[in-house]
Amino acid sequence: MPTLNEQTLALERADGPSSPRREFLRRLLESRLAVLGIILTGMMVLFAILAPVLAPYDPLAISIAHRLQGPSSLHPFGTDNFGRDLLSRVLLGARLSLKVGAYVVAFTSFFGTLIGLIAGYYPRLDNVIMRVMDALMAFPAILLAIAIMAALGPSELNVVIALGIVYTPRTSRVVRGSVLALKDQDFIEAARSAGAGDGRILLLHILPNCLSPLIVQATFIFAYAILAEAGLSFVGAGPPPPTPSWGNILSEGRSYMRVAPWITLFPGMAIAITVLGLNLAGDGLRDVLDPRLR
Amino acid sequence: MGAYIIRRVLSLIPVLVLVAVVSFLLIHIIPGDPAAVMLGTDATPQEIEKLREDLGLNEPLHVQFYRWISRVLRGDLGDSFFMGRPVAVALMERLPATILLAVAALFFAILIGMPAGIIAAVKQGSVIDQLVMVIALIGVSLPSFWIGLNLILVFSVNLRWLPSGGYVPLTENFIDGLRCLLMPAFALGFMQAALIARMTRSSMLEVLRQDYIRTARSKGLSEQVVVGLHALKNAMIPILTVIGTAFGVLLGGAVIVETVFAYPGIGRLVVSAVQRRDYPVIQGALLLISAIYVLVNLLVDVLYTLIDPRIKYN
Repeated sequence: MPTLNEQTLALERADGPSSPRREFLRRLLESRLAVLGIILTGMMVLFAILAPVLAPYDPLAISIAHRLQGPSSLHPFGTDNFGRDLLSRVLLGARLSLKVGAYVVAFTSFFGTLIGLIAGYYPRLDNVIMRVMDALMAFPAILLAIAIMAALGPSELNVVIALGIVYTPRTSRVVRGSVLALKDQDFIEAARSAGAGDGRILLLHILPNCLSPLIVQATFIFAYAILAEAGLSFVGAGPPPPTPSWGNILSEGRSYMRVAPWITLFPGMAIAITVLGLNLAGDGLRDVLDPRLR
Repeated sequence: MGAYIIRRVLSLIPVLVLVAVVSFLLIHIIPGDPAAVMLGTDATPQEIEKLREDLGLNEPLHVQFYRWISRVLRGDLGDSFFMGRPVAVALMERLPATILLAVAALFFAILIGMPAGIIAAVKQGSVIDQLVMVIALIGVSLPSFWIGLNLILVFSVNLRWLPSGGYVPLTENFIDGLRCLLMPAFALGFMQAALIARMTRSSMLEVLRQDYIRTARSKGLSEQVVVGLHALKNAMIPILTVIGTAFGVLLGGAVIVETVFAYPGIGRLVVSAVQRRDYPVIQGALLLISAIYVLVNLLVDVLYTLIDPRIKYN
């Protein structure tokens, strides 16, 4: 005679498999704001990827005859003080901003996970590692990033390194917290009894269980990185011109705000929409993946 | 309580030492010869060597650190290359303006964020709640410098109500000082207001579900007393954490907002130092602002124990 659990499983099979992935998607799609966030983010990523195709003009092409023209059918976002088409520049700016954001996420996820796993698993190293992380978190993020950029010099790679250093402690804290909660669980003890070494336990048993908070954190870091990169570019500590970034378009447009407010309007809106999308997606993912953080 | 504060102060020492180490290392992560980079391409080899001597760059790293930290502890942060004067003096001249801006921004953030969060929690699920949450979400997504630029466009360029920048000490002329402060403080504080509103709402919702709130209501206490006295006090810890963190973020964020409003604080000094590669100024500002940030966090920790006696001193 089948047990109650077997009967339940049989019923689930009859209704179609309810895998964790499907359950996750169902719950994520139930949240309208999360869906809106994913759509907004997806849209901006698509714009960034297709920027060279979508841009109606060369974003670096100077045309003094067309300088400071307001939005029109020829130039939907207007032109800047060099007559460059603003739509094309904002689209290319999306490419740089999202690229920097994605690299920062990759940097912080890799190093933050590595540091968090080691600190959480080895109590002797925990104190030393986390004090260093605390010290890095004692600096206001944007100030530390500006200082690192001043030392390393302006370039895309250096922005990624600076923001990576600034945001890695946050990721390492999240991962360390998960490791501390997991490492004394029965299934880890079972793996250890079965002869699994530390590396195997960390990579195959603990790491997969840290992924939920890590994904949520990565989404928010993506948003912070975009805001921070724009801030760095705005004060002249970001990637150097002529490569357009949302921050340096805003910075250049500042001087012409009285006569051409559209130069600052559109890149600002692009930043706001992208960060809003990421924040909405992050909130939605957090509610589904890690409700304790709500 | 006294012992707890002493323990907390002592626990700050390793963090402050590490903050000093990171600030010190700033010059040492400059690719190539830091002295050559600082002096620029026009410098002669003799000038570069002299700067190397002055900065002690020819000494081993630990000797350099010992010398540097000894000077820092005596309040000597070195001399600015471009201003030709002590960095500590330049920073101290500008610190009051930056502190004033950060405090005013925090004041705005609390003034807007806390009532908005409380109302949203009390009216959970209502149109007001949804409106507050949407505005808060937009608030955490807008760059402060963009808010600042738009405020200038509306209130300075179009309406001509407020000056587009500058700084007047409040002690000199209170009204003019306030007019200069209003827009930068709002631009800087808006994101933190949104964060405080979100935290206040979620913390209040947590508390409002508790049994003792039901008991207070069933005793016939007015809603104002229940929400304002019983619920808010118990919801304060996470809100206070956000407020404490906010002050540090605002000090850092001031760097960018000060640039927008031509506000003569430490932030603007840092930005011009970045453009001139004036590393002692950057190093000094980093150290000073971070030390203030760490001390504010200590203050918040001590405040926790005063607000919530459930928090044990050990």
